[in-house]
Amino acid sequence: MATLLDTLSWVLLTLGGISVLIGGIGALRMPDLYTRMHAASVTDSMGAILVLIGIMLQAGWSLATIKLVAILLFLLLTSPTSSNALASAALLAGTRPFAETRQDGKAPE
Amino acid sequence: MIVIFGIFLLTLLVITAIAIVRTDNLFVAVMLMGIASLLIAANFFLLDAADVALTEAAVGAGISTVLFLGALALTSERERSKSSNRLLSFTVVAAAALILIYATFDKPRFGDPEAPAQTHVAPWYLEKTPEYIGIPNVVTAVLGSFRGYDTLGEVFVVFTAGIGVLFLLGGGKPAGTLPPEQENEGLRHHLIPRVVGRVLIPFILLFGLYVQFHGEYGPGGGFQAGAIFAAAIILYALVEGEQRALSVLPESVLLGMMAFGPLLYGAVGIAGIVLGGNFLDYSVLSSDPVKGQQLGILLIEAGVGISVTGVLLAVFHAFAARGR
Repeated sequence: MATLLDTLSWVLLTLGGISVLIGGIGALRMPDLYTRMHAASVTDSMGAILVLIGIMLQAGWSLATIKLVAILLFLLLTSPTSSNALASAALLAGTRPFAETRQDGKAPE
Repeated sequence: MIVIFGIFLLTLLVITAIAIVRTDNLFVAVMLMGIASLLIAANFFLLDAADVALTEAAVGAGISTVLFLGALALTSERERSKSSNRLLSFTVVAAAALILIYATFDKPRFGDPEAPAQTHVAPWYLEKTPEYIGIPNVVTAVLGSFRGYDTLGEVFVVFTAGIGVLFLLGGGKPAGTLPPEQENEGLRHHLIPRVVGRVLIPFILLFGLYVQFHGEYGPGGGFQAGAIFAAAIILYALVEGEQRALSVLPESVLLGMMAFGPLLYGAVGIAGIVLGGNFLDYSVLSSDPVKGQQLGILLIEAGVGISVTGVLLAVFHAFAARGR
């Protein structure tokens, strides 16, 4: 049982790490702010869920698990909200999406 | 493993510091400074300094970023072109760096049991805290009781800094004089941040209370809790508009809180004298010296928390009033 939990926990932690890494690569490689945010925010939420559940499996039934659940809830609420706020702010500040500038016939920045 | 992780974090910190110096966009610099604070907070935590890490994360990465953004809203986003005398500044910085590196040669090795930090007063604090004060968190005992004078000084520094910033920023138009359509409405028309903000604020306040009153058992205390309270109210000001936040905690109340904290701290100290002990000697506050110490620490931590909340919010509103 302990081996099974350990294996599952390591699988989740590794998947979470890979997810965050993919998000990081996406944030560097994508062409404009919105696609970069998309890459970073989606994978970040996924990575947080996977990593935190992985740590919960290591912690077992303890106070630490309850704290981790609270952190997870907090992240699930705040991380999409901050992405939304960032995207609205960028749109309000006049940052145009990449695809739109291409259709205008202008060179993408 | 911890050493490797620490070196990794410190390397990131150096990279962030270089990026802060290199960028001429002040907005980017403020964000990078938040990241730098978070990195050094993680490093403090690796060194088992959880109280310092919590302070750095709450004040350095949290509130000061907000205050820097408030300052940036009043000035331009771009740095002015650099002055010409770069050779002189390079020489000064290089000399200072060499002196600092030379000074590290005399430092004890990392984790050295013979280091002065481990042999001077620390063993006495660790040994006597359960006997004299009876609380698990030795940091709170040192900060609140053994070194109570230092913390009193810190509270007065916070108070003085608050007064100084308010004098510098003063002269903004009073809130009531603007026509209603010009008043800052915050994010009231942006549904998602507003709803999530409203959901989170009570929990942030609850966490602030936990950090304030659990400081004797775990990491925390008045400085961290004050920053967290201020963060909750600033979030309220951002999602609901500054006027609503000011009607919850008006400027006069904030100024009162600024002054009340140091006053409460000093009053606890003088109560010690009146009851026959020394200044800031809490043992005489109760018939049981250990209970008296705990009561004294609770009161002065409350004073610290009230003062820090008042100063941070008053400074935040002063920046906002200046921007109108």
